[in-house]
Parts: sequence; structure tokens; C-alpha cells
Amino acid sequence: MDDKRLETMIGQLLRAGVLLAAAVVFAGGAFYLVRHHADQVHYKPFVESGADVRTLKGIVKSAMHLESAGLIQLGLLLLIATPVARVALAVVGFALERDRLYALVSLIVLAILVFSLMRAT
Amino acid sequence: MTALTFTLVVLAVSALAGFLGALTGLGGGVVVVPLLVLALGVDVKYAIGASLVSVIATSSGAAAAYVREGYSNIRVGMLLEIATTVGAIVGAVLATHVTTHVIAIVFGLVLLQAAYQSFKGNTDGGAQVESDALGKKLRLGGTYPVEGKRQEYGVRNVPTGFGLMFGAGALSGLLGIGSGAVKVIAMDRAMKIPFKVSTTTSNFMIGVTAAASAGVYLSRGYIDPRVAMPVMLGVLGGAFIGTKVLVRAHVKTLRIVFGLVVLALAVEMLVNGVMGKV
Repeated sequence: MDDKRLETMIGQLLRAGVLLAAAVVFAGGAFYLVRHHADQVHYKPFVESGADVRTLKGIVKSAMHLESAGLIQLGLLLLIATPVARVALAVVGFALERDRLYALVSLIVLAILVFSLMRAT
Repeated sequence: MTALTFTLVVLAVSALAGFLGALTGLGGGVVVVPLLVLALGVDVKYAIGASLVSVIATSSGAAAAYVREGYSNIRVGMLLEIATTVGAIVGAVLATHVTTHVIAIVFGLVLLQAAYQSFKGNTDGGAQVESDALGKKLRLGGTYPVEGKRQEYGVRNVPTGFGLMFGAGALSGLLGIGSGAVKVIAMDRAMKIPFKVSTTTSNFMIGVTAAASAGVYLSRGYIDPRVAMPVMLGVLGGAFIGTKVLVRAHVKTLRIVFGLVVLALAVEMLVNGVMGKV
């Protein structure tokens, strides 16, 4: 394991995560347009949306019922998870390289991300 | 406007934002927010939520290609992400205490300075500096491809860069943007990292910074699926094309594009900030 291989792995992880997220969002978007393409839309003023698009539990439940909003949000959750997974992989990669300093640096970043996401949900 | 029209227009606008975001290391957010708000009458909160999504999509989508090309510096990125993520959390907390138009003015001034420096260009040209003591100790130096060869470069002024990155993170948490401009300044100007390495490493870091505030945005309902869907898909497509152009572009052309984008955004931020619209 060297820097070059680690970077290639991280690059592939990012690509896979983004493509998976995009596919799920695209599917949700297609469902949404098939059902709602003629709806009149306006996004002002801001109205707080329901729990089905704001919480992890609500999103998963809504996506399981193949609701378009839930599917899109599930895809976006996957997208948000991609950089977090990237940092986690960097921790493992640097540890395998026996690079203690950067394994620790990556671990600190991961801890900050997890703290922030946990606090919010 | 029907849902179909809205989706298609936002898709096109986001593709442009993603293209510029990848090209300059700015991320798509700073372009997406004003376009959604000013051109399409979307509430700032929805725009910021969709922007944050676009920021993550741009960063992750383009980074895969940059890593393969060998431009980004993962050690520099990871070390500075400690500062950007902590800054993002502080920024989100600050957002509840400070009026955004004051921040918009400060941000506009920072961007104005960035535009000025971009047009001025890098006086030392292709000559690379050696790492200073701390840069050496942290093993931050690296190589990047120049005309088929690996060119070595050093990294200096790490504490200054770290401080600027904290500021970049705070702005990101406040405004739902990637703050790529400040990140590039921190690396290119303060830390003496080559411009292409700075923009690509910035792009690489933006997603992690944005993820630090994504949970808050989601739980507050800022990320609306009907707005975020076309933004994310459009930005991804645009970023893909932007990446292809970057690998071929000259540093000088990049600086001018970067400077023009930053200047336009600076004026917009200042005008809206002074008039209290942001």
C-alpha cells in the first residue's frame, strides 16, 4: 500500500458512491416527473417539510414505499455519506501504510464528521 | 411554472454551475444559489440546501478524475480538513447569531481580494519553493505532472493556511457553499502550493467540509427533493465536462476564468449585502 494506490482507491470509492447516489436520485426524479410533471410549483416562501424527507427513518420508510421524494432523499443521503466513507477509507489506508500521523489526522476528521451528523439527527 | 419546466431549467443552470465549479475549484454552490434565488425566485433556504448537495456532488464527482491524474495532495487535504470541518460547525452555530448580510459583505470583500490576486497572476511562475521546517516535518510536499514529468513542490506557512481554512469552513457552514475560493487562496497564496494542485485539492476537500453541515441542513428541511434532484444531476454532468477541460487548460487561462467568476460573485455579494437582500 502506497500513496498512489491509496489515492486511486479513494478516487474509485468516490466515483462509485456518486454514481450510485445519482442512479437513485435519477430513479426518484423519473417517478416524480411521471406523476407530477404538470403540477404548478413555487418555492417561496420556505415551508418546513415533513419528517419523511427530513429524518433518516422517514426517508428510508418513504423510499421503501417507492415514493419519489423518499427515493431522491435516499440518493442524497448516499451522496452525503460518500465523503464520510472517503475519510474512513483514508484512516484505514494510512494505518496500512503505517503512517501514524496521517492515520490520526484522518481519524480526527472522521470523528468531527460523525459528531456533526449525529448531533443533527 | 410547471414541475417539468422548473426541473429542466434548474437542470441546465446547474450543469453550467457544475462546469464552472469544477474548472475553478469554487464548487457549484456559489453559482447555483444566486441563480436559483434571483432567476427562479426560489427561497434562500431551499437554494442553500440544494447548493450544499451540489457542492458535495461537484467535489466527489470531479475528485475521482483529479486523483487519477495525480494533481490533488491527499495529506494537505486531510490535514486542512480538520480546520474546515470544525469551521463548518462553528459557522453553522454562528449563523443563528449573526445577520447574513453582514457576512455577505465580508465575504464579498474576501472575494474581491481573490479576484484581484487572480488577475495579477503568480509572479514566481513555474519555480517551486522548498518546504519550510513545519512543512517538512508534516511531509506535505509532493509532485504533480508538468509536461509528462513529475514536478516536485514544497509546502510553506502551514499555520496561516490552517487559519484561513478554518475561515473557509465557517463561511461554508454559514452560507451552504463549498468556499473553494478561500481554500484556493489558502493553499496557492499562503502555502505556496502550485495553482493546479491547489484547485484540485480544494475540490477534493469541499465535499468533506459540506458533509460536516449536511446533517443540520437536512434536519431543518433545507434540502427539498424537488429542488435538489435537478441541481445534483445537472451539477454532476457539468462537473464531468469541467474536469476534462481543466486537465488541458493553461494556468494563465485558469486564472482569468477564476478571476472573472470571483469578481462577478464579489459584486453580487456586496450589492446584495449592502441592500440587505441576503
